[in-house]
Amino acid sequence: MKLKDIIETLSLRVICGEEHLENELTGGYCSDLLSDVMGNSQEGHVWVTIQVHKNIVAVAALKELSAILLVKGLMPPNETIKAAIEQGIPILQTNETAFEVAGKLYNLIQQS
Amino acid sequence: MELEYSIEGGDFSKAGLASSEVKKILKQVNIKPEIIKRIAVAMYEAEVNVVAHAYQGKMLVNIDPSKVYIRFEDEGPGIENIDQAMQEGFSTASEAVRQMGFGAGMGLPNMKKNVDEFFVGSVVGKGTTVELTTYIK
Ligand SMILES: Nc1ncnc2c1ncn2[C@@H]1O[C@H](COP(=O)(O)OP(=O)(O)O)[C@@H](O)[C@H]1O
Ligand SMILES: [Mg+2]
Repeated sequence: MKLKDIIETLSLRVICGEEHLENELTGGYCSDLLSDVMGNSQEGHVWVTIQVHKNIVAVAALKELSAILLVKGLMPPNETIKAAIEQGIPILQTNETAFEVAGKLYNLIQQS
Repeated sequence: MELEYSIEGGDFSKAGLASSEVKKILKQVNIKPEIIKRIAVAMYEAEVNVVAHAYQGKMLVNIDPSKVYIRFEDEGPGIENIDQAMQEGFSTASEAVRQMGFGAGMGLPNMKKNVDEFFVGSVVGKGTTVELTTYIK
């Protein structure tokens, strides 16, 4: 499954990283604790979180995640977007809660 | 190959920069991706600890054909009880730092899990040294 498939099916907004939407998705990880994501997410995961500060980009880049998905309509500050563009990490957004969107993502990825 | 980076305590805007640089270099020297991934987790946690808990520090990297050795030396409050600090969930991070999703108390355990040899030494009131060694054969 590609990023663009989940974007389409779940009507996610693309905040940055248009050029990376062909990224392959291997699964997802849902957490707001950076050490938890460092320790337990896997390459290619989409990361569902409420954290919007710049450090999420460093974590996603070091772990080679396929994207960051912000929930509840949260907007990242400009410095986060700037870092994400530099590091080539797409940032997506939904109005849904982490619970809602993670459930849908899980089903989509299981079916693929 | 020897590399050195300085790390500023309290400056979260730069946290992870040194680790990203080192990761790029590890890729350039063709270390296996699985090994690089583990080193990345450990060095990021150690770098963030200098930012979150110390005043300033440096990261020294030594790459030779058999291993990657990374040493973090900081000037800071030090760690009073290392056994306690090593426990998963133990953290003295401030509320502001926790709000950002740091301070889960998983950093030191994450380091230990992801390298072959792990050492942490500390002098209270002076600073902390962390050593991460990974064999690459
Ligand atoms: N470089 C350091 N200088 C001073 N104290 C440290 C340092 N690294 C770790 N500690 C202490 O050890 C505790 C546990 O560290 P860690 O497992 O990384 O969790 P966290 O950073 O989330 O608090 C910290 O809360 C802090 O009290
Ligand atoms: Mg830590």
